[in-house]
Amino acid sequence: MSIIVFTRSTPDTAAKVEVDGSGNVTWGDAATVVNPWDEYALEEGIVQAKNGGGKASVIAIGGEMHNDALKHSLAMGLDQAIRVEDDALDASDALAYATAASAAVKKVDDAKLVIFGKESIDVGTDQHAYMTARKLGWTMLSYVSQIIEVDYEAGTIKVEKMYEQGKQVVTSQLPAVITVMKEINEPRYPSFIGIRKASKAQIPVWSLADLGISAPTAKTQTLAFNNLPAREVKTEMIEGEPEEQARILVDKLLEEKVL
Amino acid sequence: MVLPKATAINLFNPFTEEHEMFRKSVRAFVEKEIRPHVDEWEEAEIAPLHELFKKMGELGFLGLNYPEKYGGAEADIWFTVVFAEELARAGAAGIPMATLVHTDMATPALARHGSEELKERYLMPAIRGEMVSAIAVTEPDAGSDVARIKTRAERDGDDYIINGSKLYITNGTQADWLCLLARTSPGDDYQGMSLIIVPTDTPGFTISKKLKKLGNHSSDTAFLTFEDVRVPVSNRIGEEGFGFYYQMEQFQVERLVGALGGVAGAELVVRDTIAYCQERHAFNKPLIASQWIQFKLAELLTEIEATRQLNYLCAAKIEAGEDNMEVTRIASMCKLKAGRLMREVADTCLQFYGGMGYMEETPISRYFRDARLTSIGGGADEVMLGIIAKLENMNPR
Ligand SMILES: Cc1cc2nc3c(=O)[nH]c(=O)nc-3n(C[C@H](O)[C@H](O)[C@H](O)COP(=O)(O)OP(=O)(O)OC[C@H]3O[C@@H](n4cnc5c(N)ncnc54)[C@H](O)[C@@H]3O)c2cc1C
Repeated sequence: MSIIVFTRSTPDTAAKVEVDGSGNVTWGDAATVVNPWDEYALEEGIVQAKNGGGKASVIAIGGEMHNDALKHSLAMGLDQAIRVEDDALDASDALAYATAASAAVKKVDDAKLVIFGKESIDVGTDQHAYMTARKLGWTMLSYVSQIIEVDYEAGTIKVEKMYEQGKQVVTSQLPAVITVMKEINEPRYPSFIGIRKASKAQIPVWSLADLGISAPTAKTQTLAFNNLPAREVKTEMIEGEPEEQARILVDKLLEEKVL
Repeated sequence: MVLPKATAINLFNPFTEEHEMFRKSVRAFVEKEIRPHVDEWEEAEIAPLHELFKKMGELGFLGLNYPEKYGGAEADIWFTVVFAEELARAGAAGIPMATLVHTDMATPALARHGSEELKERYLMPAIRGEMVSAIAVTEPDAGSDVARIKTRAERDGDDYIINGSKLYITNGTQADWLCLLARTSPGDDYQGMSLIIVPTDTPGFTISKKLKKLGNHSSDTAFLTFEDVRVPVSNRIGEEGFGFYYQMEQFQVERLVGALGGVAGAELVVRDTIAYCQERHAFNKPLIASQWIQFKLAELLTEIEATRQLNYLCAAKIEAGEDNMEVTRIASMCKLKAGRLMREVADTCLQFYGGMGYMEETPISRYFRDARLTSIGGGADEVMLGIIAKLENMNPR
């Protein structure tokens, strides 16, 4: 039995991300981190593999920068890491990503559960998770806040899903693709031994040919990256006695529809 | 003069990818497991070290230098460098001090010279974070002049009977065992002292007082007394009469980690001060526009960088297995420079924060109190100068 977690490296949340003069997205020399949402997915991957007596694999799709996330995953305790990269693959397109991701899942032995973090913090999307499930023809369970029970023999999984309105408990068929919320667990820190193992690990790279698929056509096209327009901040000092000031302030807030 | 030997270490950047991954992990740990609790621990004047060390032990943070056989990581010195630097982000110097006392001050002699049985009973649980350790050298009448210690361990068959007291002992109110320096033969010279492991649940051992301090509040400090405390002779580390030498050896890494953490902490403070002076306005311009302030801060960053490089040289010498005396010489310089620099950083930066810096709630005021210790603890500045002068053969002719 195998559990597969997908991850990616993203710019550190503290980094200043901007578009440079030549239209490329940069974040200076700030480090990359594991997509913060994925840490919960990775932790759950380790736990579920251990509970089910199986193996936890982690896959990243894209260039070498994603090795950082993969090494972090290995240091946390995942059993093996794989990177999918191909010049012909536009991994920034959710459908192209999902096509490669689903092919990679099929190549891993006896995969029963695929785990994604709630979303990718850099591109702010979670479509790729749904598309991967659809491509695989597997059950999709989103916003999972707890895995209550997995029965590999019966082929079922029981989870708690979290919505703004409340919680829902669902039992569903395996294999399944899930996205997890931060409520699901407390991700561990990489231990010294984990780090030592990870730094020695050779991470195999699978091409589209290795996956036995041809390059999927991207449905989206990136025209240009632009910085957000600088926000104009106006400061206005309100004069007068406190009562007067308060009255003017309330009027202004009403005017701006804040109140 | 002793010329540094060529070493295989890249001093330009001694850190590999593995060290950087470790840095990330320690940083995340400090950020999530320490920082959020630091104010509470400062207030309580103690940190729950058993709980904290257990977590660190599980991650392999507490035995970086020690053999794998005892649960250690057998890692190179640069992991210790990273660990000391990252702990400095704790937000209060008490936590790094409590931790580094455990990892690099109370345990090195045991790891290097202790018997197998002793290492199994005390070093291994310390590395796992199941036991908290302390180093007990200083006494009411003997601090800088270690040879003046009076605590005695008298032989009675297969036991030592210990009588005396120890002052200013870090982790002293919660340690499970002490690495104690005591006299094992009469006289008052450097010979005749031994290092002995004393479990704190031994009858006759008392925590006489939990001491109140100027700073480092989150670290507990104790006055300890020993009245006919009986421990087996097998609790002695290494040879009888070698305690002073083992302790001097043990001081080397202690001084280096103190200096490393000190420099890392000082840099954070200076960078915070720069940010504050960019925000704060006086006379219609940000404070940082004053060349006086700019230059003072630029000077401090220069001192910080220079001291860091001195620390790295010391680490490289340890890693290269250089002569003990040479390591002692450089480690003493590191500690001296770091201690003085921290005082200067604390004073200068607090000044630029103005009244805000004098307020209890601002981190700089805590730093101002905490930073004062490095020039005193682990050997005062003057003691460092004495060691350097001696090793440079500055004897009267
Ligand atoms: C917060 C804290 C934690 C500590 N933790 C520990 C611990 O865990 N274990 C432990 O054993 N000890 C610990 N100590 C003790 C510390 O190591 C001693 O305080 C230090 O070595 C100085 O000794 P002393 O206080 O007796 O000062 P003294 O020896 O009385 O010296 C006082 C001052 O005299 C000056 N001086 C000393 N010698 C000379 C000289 N030769 N020439 C010129 N001037 C000189 C120095 O300025 C020195 O500061 C701790 C101390 C503090 C404050």
